[in-house]
Amino acid sequence: MSRKLQAAYILVILAALAAPIVVVAGVSLNAEQALLFPPPEMSLRWYGALFSSPDWLVPLRNSLVIAAVSALLAVLVALPLALHVWSRGGLLSRALYTLGVAPFMLPPVISALGFLVFWVTIGMYGQMAATIVSHGVFLVTLPVVTLSLGLGAMDPALVEAARTMGATRGQVMRTVILPLLLPYIVSGYAFAFVLSLNEYIIAYMVAGFTVETLPIKIFNSLRYGYTPIMAVVAVLFVALAVAVFGLIGRFGNLPRLLGAERVEER
Amino acid sequence: MSARADRPTPGWLAAIPAAWLAVFFLVPFAIMLGVSFAHRVPGGFYEPGFELDSYARFLSPFFGRILLTSVALSAGAAAICVALAFPFTVILARMGGRAQTLVLVALLAVLSLSEVIIGFSLSTLLSKTAGVGNFFAWLGLIEESRAYTPSLFALMTGLCYLALPYAVLVLYPPVSRLDPELGEAARIMGATPLRAFWTVTVPMLRAPLFGAAILVFVFTLGVYLLPQVLGQPAHWTLSVHITDQAIFQSNLPFAAAMAVLLLLVSLAMVGITLLLGRAR
Amino acid sequence: MTELSLHGLTKRFGSFTAVDGVSIDIPDGSFVCLLGPSGCGKTTLLRLLAGLEEPSAGRISVDGEDVTGTPAHLRGFGMVFQSLALFPHLTVAENVAYPLSIRGTPRDECRRRADELLSLVQLEGMGGRRIHQLSGGQRQRVAIARGLAIEPRLFLLDEPLSALDANLREHMQVELRQLQQRLGVTTVVVTHDQKEALTMADIVIVMDKGRVQQVGAPMEVYRDPANAFVAGFIGTSNLLPCELGEGEITVSGRRIALDPGDRVKARPGEAVLSVRPEDIRLSADGLPGKISFVRDLGESVQVLVEHEGHEITALYAPGARPEVAVGETVGVEFVPGTRVVLPA
Ligand SMILES: Nc1ncnc2c1ncn2[C@@H]1O[C@H](COP(=O)(O)OP(=O)(O)O)[C@@H](O)[C@H]1O
Ligand SMILES: [Mg+2]
Repeated sequence: MSRKLQAAYILVILAALAAPIVVVAGVSLNAEQALLFPPPEMSLRWYGALFSSPDWLVPLRNSLVIAAVSALLAVLVALPLALHVWSRGGLLSRALYTLGVAPFMLPPVISALGFLVFWVTIGMYGQMAATIVSHGVFLVTLPVVTLSLGLGAMDPALVEAARTMGATRGQVMRTVILPLLLPYIVSGYAFAFVLSLNEYIIAYMVAGFTVETLPIKIFNSLRYGYTPIMAVVAVLFVALAVAVFGLIGRFGNLPRLLGAERVEER
Repeated sequence: MSARADRPTPGWLAAIPAAWLAVFFLVPFAIMLGVSFAHRVPGGFYEPGFELDSYARFLSPFFGRILLTSVALSAGAAAICVALAFPFTVILARMGGRAQTLVLVALLAVLSLSEVIIGFSLSTLLSKTAGVGNFFAWLGLIEESRAYTPSLFALMTGLCYLALPYAVLVLYPPVSRLDPELGEAARIMGATPLRAFWTVTVPMLRAPLFGAAILVFVFTLGVYLLPQVLGQPAHWTLSVHITDQAIFQSNLPFAAAMAVLLLLVSLAMVGITLLLGRAR
Repeated sequence: MTELSLHGLTKRFGSFTAVDGVSIDIPDGSFVCLLGPSGCGKTTLLRLLAGLEEPSAGRISVDGEDVTGTPAHLRGFGMVFQSLALFPHLTVAENVAYPLSIRGTPRDECRRRADELLSLVQLEGMGGRRIHQLSGGQRQRVAIARGLAIEPRLFLLDEPLSALDANLREHMQVELRQLQQRLGVTTVVVTHDQKEALTMADIVIVMDKGRVQQVGAPMEVYRDPANAFVAGFIGTSNLLPCELGEGEITVSGRRIALDPGDRVKARPGEAVLSVRPEDIRLSADGLPGKISFVRDLGESVQVLVEHEGHEITALYAPGARPEVAVGETVGVEFVPGTRVVLPA
């Protein structure tokens, strides 16, 4: 394949991935309550409507709270897990790592049903805390993976050097390991946050009728007919994802974070 | 591992994540397994017990068709995704650092999108009033705009849209670690670029390619919203029925039994991938 | 003051013995080089000293105090790692002052001491930089300054100069040696480069396969190797099988009388004759051989002679270059008083 053909291939695929988003962005600008593309008249009124209609504001707030707290939970569980697996090998460590990676690898419907029966059993079905904990468990895989990558990239001699210079175990953690791990903690949190915002099935099964999140709200509205507000939400989600991953790409080494080894540092 | 004189973390640290995941991940699965054997109370919930009624329902032709639909859809999506993703990843891995980062940001943004949003966006794109129908009519390819959804085509497009970023990201590490000099060596020995690709790159990546296909397969098995938005009732998958049984038919034991089956299929697939990885 | 003494120090990894019964006493203020081929256990021995590995057997004591069970962070040693292990998230000054700030030293004092240490290694004014803004040689100096920050009882360095290019490495060898002499700190440096060891050390410890082969001053080890391994590893030696008799040796059926200056380390019977290239003479007499190659290196000339399947190297100053051509038959002689007869 010539270089031009290669570039064309990449661009065609990217264009195909962008096409629905472009159309949705256009639709979100419709002046009327209609999904027309290209829109006959343009207006930003549906952007205003999202932020003024309580119908949509409540799910927006729910989604943000759930994403913020569950991503935090995921990181808080992933950090000791990744540290433990990194600092010692053995069967137990490997089992723990598998347990950390499994939630995100299985089809989410299965976990969703598991969470549903669990919360029903302990009587917390339908509460926001149930959604938060479920997301925290489901998304723990993302910080586990980023943190393990970060620890793997760290020169073990750094820890030993700190030890020989007199640092206690706690001091090594505070002055060496955690500062070096910070970018990976942040990106693990960001990954989990964005994916929690977008997650539907678990949120739906665990508390879909009482704690509406944005994806649930969109799906519910799909049944009663389309409004451009849905397009507005979709556009905002895409924009947020691009912003978050763009920032990670800007300030971190995204190719390295995703497992490439041959990409030069910038 | 060597017997380090001391380790950076105390041993009890593992207890926190272990206990957390045991309670909130393993216990739910155990309860689900229990529920799948429970006795269904029609119109109500279920009562504890041990019976195989829910599993017995797998033997009906109706259920056989659901399973077949699910597997066929996922297998199709896996084949298409890997076929598209592999050349994409190979080209991507040879690009400069900055360009790679940009493409990866785009992929991650698409990957993080909710099934709901993807379903909504694609149904808009394939709709009569706002989509490609308009565009084709404008080009004069068709006389009048028409909708391309719901249909098998729309559903398959949705599945591939959802899974393509995953396929690329799974292939990305092994492809990017592949020594580019190997291909160059083949070319110096006289192979055309395409031949070098087929005789050097593809065989070396056989296991990751298979792994990516399995991953897409398992991943799309769990898709349950797109069949409802983009497909016709005949395209409803096992996952759709699990949700349907759990929420709308209030038949938790049957939903749980189907989830257990889905889990077993997924684990079997992952197991095969691991075995293949080890055999290499 | 600091006398370092190892007693039967052993480290096993599973069934593999990396360090095998090392016993040495090292006087205060010495500069010691641990020398040996890659994989012989040098790093492991150094890590045992630092407390980063637990010995399988044996004792380590410093100043008569047994530190075998003391954890690394309480030993009060300084160490420079092969990868340097500088903290990328700290500045140069923060790196150098790390051992002090860890001990709760006030900020001002840390800064003052960091400046002092940086000027000691000729990096004045670089304290505010980040590690990635430094060249390889500068990083080396930062690591050395950091290792010396707490005025350690013992200073350990693992192949500290191996990442530098040849010129800079030779320069740093001298600098490191001068710094050590000025501070008088007992220092152990691991190296696989015999020239480096001969340049810097008071005491060279030659290791192979986890065991100490010889301990001695550089010239002692060079001139008077304890066995064939040391002779072959340090410098270039010509090693030939021989038969040791009363006041004479037999090489390839030819008797050679020993001189009082020759050193005999072997018992009568089968042995190995070791002669340095500069102590070989080509003449009409001696062991018959055929010139196989002449290598003119500018500062010296090497002549390779093939003798009964052995390659013998002779070394000449450029002015003393012999008139020989490849393929010519010559006689090989060993300068009396330079011959060493080692156990087979
Ligand atoms: N942690 C370890 N586990 C198992 N074997 C090890 C370990 N560390 C070192 N070794 C082995 O011990 C031997 C000596 O290693 P090392 O001390 O690093 O050698 P050197 O520094 O002299 O090159 C090597 O064969 C190495 O493979
Ligand atoms: Mg070493």
